[in-house]
Amino acid sequence: MSIEVRHLTHTYGEGSVLKTVALDDISFTVEPGEFVGIVGHTGSGKSTLVQHLNGLLKPTSGQILIDGQDLNGEKVDRRALRQRIGLVFQYPEYQLFEETVAKDIAFGPKNQGLPADEIDRRVRKAMESVHLDYGKYAEKSPFELSGGQMRRAAIAGVLAMEPEVLILDEPTAGLDPRGRDRILTMLEELRAREHTTILMVSHSMEDMARLASRLLVICEGKLAADGSPRELFSRPGLMSSVGLDIPEAARLCAVLRAKGYDLPADLYRPEELREHLLRLWKEASAC
Amino acid sequence: MNTQVRIQANNVSFTYEDAPSPALSQVEFEVREGEFIAVLGHNGSGKSTLAKLLNALYLPTEGRILVCGFDTGKEENIWEVRRRAGMIFQNPDNQIVATVVKEDVAFGLENLGVPTEEMYPRVESALSAVQMNRYADSAPHLLSGGQKQRVAVAGILAMEPSVIIADEATAMLDPSGRREVLETVRSLNRNKGITVVWITHFMEEAAQADRILVVSDGKIVVSGTPREVFEDIDRIRDLHLDVPRMTALAAELRKEGMPLREGILTVEEMAEEVERLCPLKSAT
Amino acid sequence: MLTNLTMGQYYPVDSLVHRLDPRIKLVLTLAFIVSVFLVNSLPGYLLIVGFIFLAARKARVPFRLLLKSIRPLRMILIFTFVLNLFFTAGDQVLLEFWVIRITSESLRQAVFYSLRLVFLVLGTSLLTLTTSPVALSDGLELLLGPLKKIRFPAHELAMMMTIALRFIPTLLDETDRIMKAQMARGADFESGNLIARARAMVPLLVPLFVSAFRRAGDLAMAMESRCYHGGEGRTRFRVLKITRMDWNACLTVVLLIVLIILERTFVPASFPF
Repeated sequence: MSIEVRHLTHTYGEGSVLKTVALDDISFTVEPGEFVGIVGHTGSGKSTLVQHLNGLLKPTSGQILIDGQDLNGEKVDRRALRQRIGLVFQYPEYQLFEETVAKDIAFGPKNQGLPADEIDRRVRKAMESVHLDYGKYAEKSPFELSGGQMRRAAIAGVLAMEPEVLILDEPTAGLDPRGRDRILTMLEELRAREHTTILMVSHSMEDMARLASRLLVICEGKLAADGSPRELFSRPGLMSSVGLDIPEAARLCAVLRAKGYDLPADLYRPEELREHLLRLWKEASAC
Repeated sequence: MNTQVRIQANNVSFTYEDAPSPALSQVEFEVREGEFIAVLGHNGSGKSTLAKLLNALYLPTEGRILVCGFDTGKEENIWEVRRRAGMIFQNPDNQIVATVVKEDVAFGLENLGVPTEEMYPRVESALSAVQMNRYADSAPHLLSGGQKQRVAVAGILAMEPSVIIADEATAMLDPSGRREVLETVRSLNRNKGITVVWITHFMEEAAQADRILVVSDGKIVVSGTPREVFEDIDRIRDLHLDVPRMTALAAELRKEGMPLREGILTVEEMAEEVERLCPLKSAT
Repeated sequence: MLTNLTMGQYYPVDSLVHRLDPRIKLVLTLAFIVSVFLVNSLPGYLLIVGFIFLAARKARVPFRLLLKSIRPLRMILIFTFVLNLFFTAGDQVLLEFWVIRITSESLRQAVFYSLRLVFLVLGTSLLTLTTSPVALSDGLELLLGPLKKIRFPAHELAMMMTIALRFIPTLLDETDRIMKAQMARGADFESGNLIARARAMVPLLVPLFVSAFRRAGDLAMAMESRCYHGGEGRTRFRVLKITRMDWNACLTVVLLIVLIILERTFVPASFPF
């Protein structure tokens, strides 16, 4: 499933003094199987953007085409389309409400009107995807789980709807290193196994370096850059000009290059850098 | 002894009501005046409980904590302890009481019964110390997360504390908010000599501390300078924590035989080492 | 969506009335309400209208905005008017058909009672338009202060009000977010009958309550750690001072009441109505 965003503009408080342009003429296309990282400063419009992608907000102007169909078109079944695009909000554990984890995860599929055995199958599968043991947690109250587990249960609630596209708004915010790593691993697995298209909003460039195949940089409501992490992290001054960091590996690469070292400009993963540093050392100790 | 002990924990244990096992057991440490201590630990390790014990929000089930010489277990000391060891919490929204920034900063002073005329200069200087004086008349809910946390810092600062305890104060902020709050507290530490206990699960933040305490399963399992603590990568990872990326990279390179020095934490330190080991030919 | 709601009614401009001490404003509003009930004739009402005009001008509140405050009450107004019009006994019949009988007395009463309601709303709106909620809670706390001696929780009430005001925007944001999150999971808040809709609220209300309790717990701890221990021994950052302006305002209202009493005493009740 492809998502095409055409000249998307969103204005809050149209016609009032408080009118603010949250999104300004944004266009891009996401192809099936991509892992798109959406980065930008707080208040840049990222959250507004992702809420458009599954129809929770309507564009002031412009279009969002899902497989060529206008998401906000007149004859379109918006709820049906929305189900194909799962959206995980920031701090999704705050939306848990059922008595048991299993019932909470079943909320989405139930709203889809699925039969009971299909719902059960999906709940089990979603729990497996987020590494929550069904036997151990299904009948527990979601409020008895630890913070990281609650987060994963909430994500399972969206996965159970089996969306073709999964959008996550800062899925690792507020978690400890182990919790963060678990979420990222889960996304890697999901992509490898189900080929789910994933769009992730995150502030962590290290996470983006690990996962993203493409980055969208949003700045003051505009699409400031669109390209692979390799391209964007190596373009001097690009990320800092929009107030963002680059991964430490990319920074080390830039620092060493500035000193005159012979390194490719576009290294951004620690393992790539390791190879090149070893090479430099071997060359230096050879003579 | 040229510096004073600010916090002294002697054999402290704490068990929550109805809990089968203690959240903290036999914790023993000392924080000296002017130190910046980071406390690391995964969720549920007991680090948050520790913070609340230092502020007399919880009282030790066993053992004793002295904050600036005041025993937190004694009823009559409670306000002395809280005034001297101010606390910032994780959620910026849930610790601001008033509807106007400067009034929130004054909240602690009102509670302490400080005369009104004395409040104004104290609120003003607290706000300028965190560079929020421009927002004195703003509504807190319109501020960014980092700004809200700085207001919380100002609220404590107005009470003229000796110690600031930050309980994951940056966990809910974006990178620039995190930097902004950490920088603010670090400058208070450097310039006003305020002792800081900084609880976090961001390794980059802990790397900037004078000393790190690692808490796991209610015990202090590792303590030392950031260089010492992070050098034992396997140990840290066993504790479900992370090490700074450059430290990890250095360790991997060392495994391949590259003789990098121990204790590398930052990109700059790494670059220096690369320069030392692989001098550029053009320089010769 | 929900965040567009404005906070209370407060109209933030700087004016004479805005600067008045909230305690004085509260007392004066009370006095105004009493004076409205004292009035029972056209000249009396004219005095009230004049006073409101004057106060609104001094407050720099647009009259249209003031009138808007009546809108939520229009059903009650119509109800009051109709009830009084049809069910007040009287002799001078103006109109009569079927069971309906309108007399000049009933017309008079219908008009006056409705007007009384309108003036009550206008007067209190003028208070809320010119006094920030925080100032109001301050004023209330101080006015009710003497009642602390009989264990009336004046400080606690004011503190609760302040906290409520502080958290309204936060909880509105939260409601908006949870609602959208559940909608993303296919929740439907808009269609179905009353029962279906009430049930659809569960996924919104449960998380909202959980969150409110969590926030309350956090806040209580934060307040304690900042040495909060109730109203005892507490000083105040905001001090209220009664100025000459306040006395002038008092005098104006006293004058209004005196005029109304004079009017009631000396102008015959039948003139011109």
